[in-house]
Amino acid sequence: MRSKDTVRVGSGAGTSDDRMVPALELAERGNIDYLVFECLAERTVSRENLARSKDPDQGYAPSLHARLRMVLPTCIDRKIRIVSNMGAANPVGGARAARKEAADLGLGDIPVAVVLGDDVSSLVQHKGELRLIENGEPLESILPKMISANAYLGADVVCEALNTGAPIVLSGRVADPSLFLAPMMHEFGWACDDLTMIAQGTAAGHLLECTASVTGGCFGWPGKKDVPNLANNGFPFADVKADGSIVIGKTPDSGGRLDVMTCTEQLIYEIHDPTAYITPDCVLDISTIALRQESFDRVRLANATARPATPTYKVNVGYADGYIGEGEVSYGGIDAVARARWAAEIVKDRLKAQGLTYDDFRVDLIGMSSLHDNLESRPEPYEVRLRMAGRTANRKAAHAIGFEVRAMHMHGPGGAGGACEPRVRDVLAVKSVLLPKSMVNPQVVVEGSL
Amino acid sequence: MSVRVYDLAHSRAGDKGNTSNISVICYDARHWEFLERELTVERVADAFRHLAKGPIRRYPLRNLKAFNFVIENALAGGVTVSLAQDIHGKSYSNVMLAIELPDPK
Repeated sequence: MRSKDTVRVGSGAGTSDDRMVPALELAERGNIDYLVFECLAERTVSRENLARSKDPDQGYAPSLHARLRMVLPTCIDRKIRIVSNMGAANPVGGARAARKEAADLGLGDIPVAVVLGDDVSSLVQHKGELRLIENGEPLESILPKMISANAYLGADVVCEALNTGAPIVLSGRVADPSLFLAPMMHEFGWACDDLTMIAQGTAAGHLLECTASVTGGCFGWPGKKDVPNLANNGFPFADVKADGSIVIGKTPDSGGRLDVMTCTEQLIYEIHDPTAYITPDCVLDISTIALRQESFDRVRLANATARPATPTYKVNVGYADGYIGEGEVSYGGIDAVARARWAAEIVKDRLKAQGLTYDDFRVDLIGMSSLHDNLESRPEPYEVRLRMAGRTANRKAAHAIGFEVRAMHMHGPGGAGGACEPRVRDVLAVKSVLLPKSMVNPQVVVEGSL
Repeated sequence: MSVRVYDLAHSRAGDKGNTSNISVICYDARHWEFLERELTVERVADAFRHLAKGPIRRYPLRNLKAFNFVIENALAGGVTVSLAQDIHGKSYSNVMLAIELPDPK
């Protein structure tokens, strides 16, 4: 059970589209001290930067309103502090929106500590010689199309924001595990170079950053890996002590499961070299970690180790890279696959006849090859859905794909059904560079009075 | 006779850019050495030849009775530009689980 020298850090969101209610259940029943919402996918900041360019008050995560409206009454009442990167491309705007939500809920004048400095777009404008990690080309090659450039800040500046005492901390881009490590540093005074503590806190942050992934979500398999009451799966928290001992648990009386199996899947998730998981705070080694079932739905995390942080921040550079167009239509019954394949050839011929070209083009037979390719080796299903997609700098060319696929209703092989409307979306591509930390200036400002 | 990875281990796939990482975690630690011997980079490369250009690296994680496979050039350019339906390659763990290995008995 939990003792007074334990701080409980809860995980309230692991992506911008995460489910909402489990976070409220965790706040209401989880006896937590902190509720962390991690809401930024790789391209989210770029998207929000576009939103901000149209309206200077926008640019924070749109889900901020609904998430805070839901949990603020409970969190303010129980002195649960909120930490989130929902500030996205406009943390100050997000803070103002958060304060308004609090006021509208009758909770009074709630100050918000804002983490700034992740936006390095002006800085990298003059750093065209930096090399893109993905392909080694100079940053200059994408600068003309750049929409955003944000450094993954670390736990140090989030900890500084918590030191202000504000009930809510909002940031833009911060490395996911750092959002969880910061409350531990703040509570226990862990120093940035206390690598034993930083390693444990970072590993715990990695276990928590995808919410339900450690409590039975993205895990279950009927008859093989059963998950009880998955419909009501709970969100996780970490019980942390000053000496760095950590146990992962989840909302009492919630569904799902939390054991060494679920924790192991999450621990290795999105890791490359297990001895060198690089965050802004350290270089974590998960190859030393021991996971042990402490009791029902509780797993002890021990022996995490780390080397000192690197001298650079990873910077995500978002840029506009044309459009993706797609269309889908279905065929069923006798010779369904043959008709779908014929339709694909007709669509390709019609696009070619219009002089449209694509940087990348793809034909999927959903039901056979859309996930794992290798069409020739797959058995024929009763019905199949043809999907065609292409990427191009020309918006009209992108739209034409879905238009021509939909036209299979009237102008293709017999018995086509259920075509979707033509779909076109903007491509917000992301590449990354490393920027010396000395060039970046993370800082904290407070909206409202403390 | 053969066994599938599915019979001995569970798995999850994650993405970073155009690189997929796929864990293979033994249900029973006693199978770890068998998988270390048989679940080679070559076998994994063969299973993913339609999906990934590679290279592929395998990291043993004995402390977690697991392996981490890191497969480069696996995600059609990565989440932000991929034309795939499963842009993250989340379903790739099922390609790993379907790999057949010689019977350990």
